[in-house]
Amino acid sequence: MLKDQDRIFTNLYGMHDRTLKGAQARGHWDGTAAILAKGRDWIVQSMKDSGLRGRGGAGFPTGLKWSFMPKESDGRPAYLVINADESEPGTCKDREIMRHDPHTLIEGALIASFAMNAHTCYIYIRGEYIREKEALQNAIDEAYDAGLLGKNAANSGWDFDLFLHHGAGAYICGEETALIESLEGKKGMPRMKPPFPAGAGLYGCPSTVNNVESIAVVPTILRRGPEWFSSFGRPNNVGTKLFGISGHVNNPCVVEEAMSISFEELIDKHCGGIKGGWDNLLAVIPGGSSVPCVRGENMRDAIMDFDYLRNDLGSGLGTAAVIVMDKQTDIIKAIWRLAKFYKHESCGQCTPCREGTGWMMRVMDRLVKGEAEIEEIDMLWDVTKQVEGHTICALGDAAAWPIQGLIRNFREEIEDRIKANKTGRMGAMAAE
Amino acid sequence: MLRRLHSEQPDSFAFTPANLAWAEGQITKYPDGRQASAVIPLLWRAQEQEGWLSKPAIELVADMLGMSYIRVLEVASFYFMFQLQPVGSVAHIQICGTTSCMICGAEDLVAVCQEKIANKPHEVSTDGKFSWEEVECLGSCTNAPMAQIGKDYYEDLTAASFTKLLDELNAGKVPTPGPQNGRYSSEPLSGLTTLQEYESGKTKYNASVQLASDIGDTVKRIQGDEVPLLTPWVGKDGVVAGRAAEAPTPPAPATPKPAAKQAEEAKKAAKPAKKAAPVKKTAAPKADAPAIAEAEPEVLKAARDGKADDLKLLKGVGPKLEQTLNELGFFHFDQVAAWGEAEVSWVDARLTFKGRIERDGWIDQAKKLAAGEETEFAKRAKDEGTYDK
Repeated sequence: MLKDQDRIFTNLYGMHDRTLKGAQARGHWDGTAAILAKGRDWIVQSMKDSGLRGRGGAGFPTGLKWSFMPKESDGRPAYLVINADESEPGTCKDREIMRHDPHTLIEGALIASFAMNAHTCYIYIRGEYIREKEALQNAIDEAYDAGLLGKNAANSGWDFDLFLHHGAGAYICGEETALIESLEGKKGMPRMKPPFPAGAGLYGCPSTVNNVESIAVVPTILRRGPEWFSSFGRPNNVGTKLFGISGHVNNPCVVEEAMSISFEELIDKHCGGIKGGWDNLLAVIPGGSSVPCVRGENMRDAIMDFDYLRNDLGSGLGTAAVIVMDKQTDIIKAIWRLAKFYKHESCGQCTPCREGTGWMMRVMDRLVKGEAEIEEIDMLWDVTKQVEGHTICALGDAAAWPIQGLIRNFREEIEDRIKANKTGRMGAMAAE
Repeated sequence: MLRRLHSEQPDSFAFTPANLAWAEGQITKYPDGRQASAVIPLLWRAQEQEGWLSKPAIELVADMLGMSYIRVLEVASFYFMFQLQPVGSVAHIQICGTTSCMICGAEDLVAVCQEKIANKPHEVSTDGKFSWEEVECLGSCTNAPMAQIGKDYYEDLTAASFTKLLDELNAGKVPTPGPQNGRYSSEPLSGLTTLQEYESGKTKYNASVQLASDIGDTVKRIQGDEVPLLTPWVGKDGVVAGRAAEAPTPPAPATPKPAAKQAEEAKKAAKPAKKAAPVKKTAAPKADAPAIAEAEPEVLKAARDGKADDLKLLKGVGPKLEQTLNELGFFHFDQVAAWGEAEVSWVDARLTFKGRIERDGWIDQAKKLAAGEETEFAKRAKDEGTYDK
């Protein structure tokens, strides 16, 4: 288990002093100017060496992303935009950073912006996080008062402004180009890529969009060295990570752990085990609603990192939002609820997604009741394949995958329910 | 989901003075000419003040930001947090219903709402006090099931504790938000498994609940003085440091004209084109001609009488560009006014930002200012002390 001194977010639960003074006592804002003095290339190289992969779900290497930004300005300003639109069902980690350990994020914003030649950074927080917005704004005001932001930020010679902006309840604004559109005051509809944001993003200027957690870990990585960070987890999956475990465990919680921890250890150490014991585990969604579910028996020994979950289990780590479901759960209904979510959140721009999410939800509706034909399972599979990969952004894929995961892993359960409904007899599975 | 403006609309909407000040502070977060970025925060503040978003409020925000009404209506109907119909006078209750909450019992909470408030979502209860809806994931999944009431999250609910909450609200009280099962925030209920040594010095509540209980505005209609917006980024000199340090953000692309107008203009343009066909021939070589040759304009070593004009009064010239112009040898409006095409080309080649001179119309502005007239921008800059130190 990760030791407390290796945890980055030492005030995750907000039980320590949450002010700037408290943050400094925990080691934040220590020698920030000296880090900036080492120069842009050193920072970007260190981030590459640390092996940090983006914490927003896709897992793209953060240092590499930063290196796409133009080295010299062509007359346009550059922007860092921090994605705090945490809306992926199951995910509630960035909220804890922003309300309880906000100075990790603010310091990270300064360093990351400097590394990308940006004098301005916007944090786009989801609209529902009203108190988190207030807590973060208080921390930003505190940092301005202490000279850590603004002109000559933290005595580094770099002028830097950090602005907090908020959305109004659209999941799609977590997609980077939709977020940029929304920040410009429009509907959050994703843009075609290319041009990528690093070429033309916010206000048509070079921009990088990073997740809150990706930015908030930066200062600690640079202070303690990339080798320290990469000493946790398996190669290509290194570092520490915030896991949020919800659903049918005895003690749901958010916790920072080393990457590549086993699922069993994560649940037993921090969550007090599965409700009703390990034999009662039905299914797990290991990375937020957008990744396929995995059958419980395959999950116990699973290694919680990007590569294992993708290659060995056909799922993904996503945002490390683990949703646990026990055998009393109606799994078809649980996935139907996700289908309803995606139908609600589709922005309506691309036809396959706008129409497809509705079709998928309506077929799922019937599968939940069992009022369908067996062939419709294949028809539904077919529709998910028609949506997947045929849209501008990844919402279409995200809507298709949970249903594919359900059909792949729980087909007998669906068939059983259809048969039971036809014959009026309880199916073998339901009778268990 | 079909979202339309409500059938009955109030006659007018106005921000309270404190909310107006808040809105103006919010606009300073965005570069010049990009104030449309503030549309969501401003609409949200209008909703916080009134409880829901009415047509007059949408139009007021559009006017404040120089946006067309339809663009703001698009935003208001796209984002689901905007309530386009009246809500309960005490509170609008939002139950998170997505999977994590659903499997932990959100459906029981919905049933409580149906029984105690109204059968259908968005319907106001018979006493007018409450309304409810099921919303998508609110991002508090380890504290499932939960509901947002006003500004706050009530977490770790059960049907019983939620019923009690509603009863208290109905009696005019505001129950303490946050976890309702004795947890502090998102730690394991049975006790800390990590970070034990950082447990000291905690306040009574976690950050969100502490703010809620300190400010006490959970279900209040927001007047603007509850959480004032300080704007520490605007320095004493009125300059936003980070923005001054970089080149200005390119202006927003011009809004395309409505199709009808475009067609009209195309017709007008088409008519003279037929008659003027021969002219076209003579004009053609001009387009092919090489870029206009550069010619060095009249430059000065120092300002005449040591008193330079304030070139920042030209729209498009900030402190940084003024310095560059001074270095090139320009100190007076009449110098700028005297530039011809060739001179503009010379100066343009020496600026980091090409095309500015024409786009912002420096020469016309300089002619007016040199003649002692005012331009709209110069007047505003002086009145507001944009560049005053």
